[in-house]
Amino acid sequence: MRQTIVRNVGALPTYGYGPRSGPWWGAMGFMALEGMGFAIAIGAYLYLYAVNSDWPIGAAPPDLWPGTVEVAIYLLSIIPNEMTNRAAKRQDLAKVRTGLIVMSLIGIVLLVFRGIEFAHLNTRWDNSAYGSVVWLILGLHTTHLATDLGDTVVLTVLMFTAHAKPRRFSDVTDNAFYWNFVVLAWLPLYVLLDWVPRL
Amino acid sequence: MTVLADERELRDDALNGLELATRLERLWRTPSGLLGALMSVDHKVIGRRYIVTAFAFLLLGGALAILMRIQLAGPEQTFLSPDKYNQIFTMHGSTMMFLFAVPVMEAFAVYLVPLMVGTRNIAFPRLNAFSYWMFLFGGCFLWISFLLNVGPDVGWFAYVPLSSLQYTPTKRPDVWAQMITFTEVAALAVSVEIVVTVFKLRAPGMTLDRIPLFVWAMLVTSFLVMFAMPSIMVASTSLILDRLVNTRFYDPSSGGHPLLWQHLFWFFGHPEVYIIFIPGTGMVSMILGTFARRPVIGYPVVILSLIATGFLSFGLWVHHMFVTGLPQLGAGLFTASSMLIAVPSGLQIFCWLATLWDGRPVYRTPLLFVIGFIVVFVLGGLSGVMVASVPIDTQVHDTYFVVAHFHYVLIGGAVFPLIGAVYYWFPKITGRMLSETLGRWNFWLALIGFNVAFFPMHILGLIGMPRRVYTYTADMDWAHLNLVSSGGAVVFAISFAILLANVIYSLRRGALAGDNPWDASTLEWATSSPPPPQNFDRIPVVKHRDPLWFDNESLPVVAGLSIERREVLLTSLAEAEPQTREASPEPSVWPLITAIATTIFFVGSIFTPWAVLWGTPPMAVALIGWFWPSGSREDEE
Repeated sequence: MRQTIVRNVGALPTYGYGPRSGPWWGAMGFMALEGMGFAIAIGAYLYLYAVNSDWPIGAAPPDLWPGTVEVAIYLLSIIPNEMTNRAAKRQDLAKVRTGLIVMSLIGIVLLVFRGIEFAHLNTRWDNSAYGSVVWLILGLHTTHLATDLGDTVVLTVLMFTAHAKPRRFSDVTDNAFYWNFVVLAWLPLYVLLDWVPRL
Repeated sequence: MTVLADERELRDDALNGLELATRLERLWRTPSGLLGALMSVDHKVIGRRYIVTAFAFLLLGGALAILMRIQLAGPEQTFLSPDKYNQIFTMHGSTMMFLFAVPVMEAFAVYLVPLMVGTRNIAFPRLNAFSYWMFLFGGCFLWISFLLNVGPDVGWFAYVPLSSLQYTPTKRPDVWAQMITFTEVAALAVSVEIVVTVFKLRAPGMTLDRIPLFVWAMLVTSFLVMFAMPSIMVASTSLILDRLVNTRFYDPSSGGHPLLWQHLFWFFGHPEVYIIFIPGTGMVSMILGTFARRPVIGYPVVILSLIATGFLSFGLWVHHMFVTGLPQLGAGLFTASSMLIAVPSGLQIFCWLATLWDGRPVYRTPLLFVIGFIVVFVLGGLSGVMVASVPIDTQVHDTYFVVAHFHYVLIGGAVFPLIGAVYYWFPKITGRMLSETLGRWNFWLALIGFNVAFFPMHILGLIGMPRRVYTYTADMDWAHLNLVSSGGAVVFAISFAILLANVIYSLRRGALAGDNPWDASTLEWATSSPPPPQNFDRIPVVKHRDPLWFDNESLPVVAGLSIERREVLLTSLAEAEPQTREASPEPSVWPLITAIATTIFFVGSIFTPWAVLWGTPPMAVALIGWFWPSGSREDEE
């Protein structure tokens, strides 16, 4: 077919932030389906809770302090995360590097606390269906924490190499965006795992 | 700032005609050689592989069906042992659902959606390559296990307690559960790609009300996949944990519950039916518009029906569990919602009938299959409304009536449109037409064979023949109808042999198709057949819902994209206004390496939980290799 040029898009930028970028929508998609995974796991927990007269089954509720400390760290981590996000939008390489290092360290601290939390669940995965579903949910969230940490560490290293080109700042903002999801997902899970057994 | 930086870059407004096409082809083509083929990120190459692989699994699954029909053709036959029979009906269902029906629809979307929305590649092309490899490895894993006599034998739904370690102390259910993980990873990846392609990569001017109906259907389907499949992943993971590390999800002696499995399975399993059916309706709408020679009547009605079907499909799952002893309110609610979903499907059917009525139908093979679809699917829908009612369902549950019902719905709703789609898009994909004579034989044998094979099953079910039995005694009086059904199955199988022959013959000898052999209206027909690696030399601008009918002489296009590096045009979500020229990834072998690492992780974890530990580092390394910038111009912008 004959082509008629009706418009020139040559002046458009070669990357964008937020909803103007493809990867941001990709992250949205994966957050949606992973969020559904959490929802289903919560559903399984509540189903087992509903069909059992005893809850937690044959165990004390999890110790409160590890999960609670995590909630505090998660919520506070939003501040350096948002600072990194804004530095990336300003394309301030020095601040982005610092921010990514801080976020990597926070991830490592949270992973350590997660280990402690597993040790204070007061049940094992093979004790009862209660233990199984608690370990499943905590494991699911830990997977998200660990993958995000891995992603952040790789991105941190990347920003110290010659590859730290302008479009990488868009990747940093997507990474910051995803961290908010990891934080938000933890809040209902914390209530479910630590408080529902105390009802 | 970026504009200044690449001032000297060559753009597609500087060249024309053959010179432009050659430059773009060199830029977008898949590298040659075996390694090049393994590195491909071209949606057309991957889409073709996906389609061929899915059809190969259809042939395998169909062969199993024939084995079952031979066994059941007469009473007390010994052609298959009970154990083989259990494996075969499980393999048949699992293959058809997980390795054929869902993947083949996604495969067509992978091939067609980027062409239909007028872009150069799918969003996240490397993820797309990874998705294909995962699907291929998962399918091979299941079939190799079957050949080693470790094929799953617990039904395609793997109900506990039968599938728990206590009652099936073999590796067979683990193979099933892990095959699920493979295919769901593949399907979820494609769904995210389709959503982002439709949201962000549409040609300028393709507003929401100008999106082709197949693309709408695939968008809705992708959302269904994203919200339904996490459920089966939680289910299969918990099952494998129960079997492998002694968790207690399904162990009633430790607070577990077998019905939890059924809820998790069917919360996925019912939307799954619509994940298969909705793409079929999209194909029907496209074929119908072209061969009725007018746009489909009620475009907004069709789209709203698709969306309504999508939402309602999540509220029906319990109708698979009517005989498990539900509270009466629950039974009532799920009966009502099961009947309700017939409404949007009905609306679509009336729109299609009206289109045929008002159009000037050209009865070529694709349209014949669409008409076959309408007849067979409506019959399946009617028996569906019957089993939505608790008393009838209680009576026919686990009988051949249900087998008849869902084959009418699935084959009618998805396979007939799919075969129509093969005839319709084969010219685009290969550049050659399929034979019309063989096409007619294909259609009539399929329609007659299908009905002869499956209609008697309604009656067999009503007179009490249960599902999943490997044989029956002569005094049950089921022999004649079973023999008729088996005969029909053979005829139905022959229709597929004709399709295969037609494809092989036409690949070499078929008439040349040209760009737009059916005089269709959507953008995939605005480029050559088969399309060049870059799809379009310049990105089209859309001014009408049926752009090629609006103007079949000249195509309005945008210029200004790079011809030195792979670039796609991103547009806004609703209005499709151009926003950025984003880089599109180059070929890479890392998706394949990642898929191999993931396969080792998945298969290893069936045998030892430690695979989760030693299997992770290779995956992490592969993913870093995947995402680490290669230093090419695309990456360094």
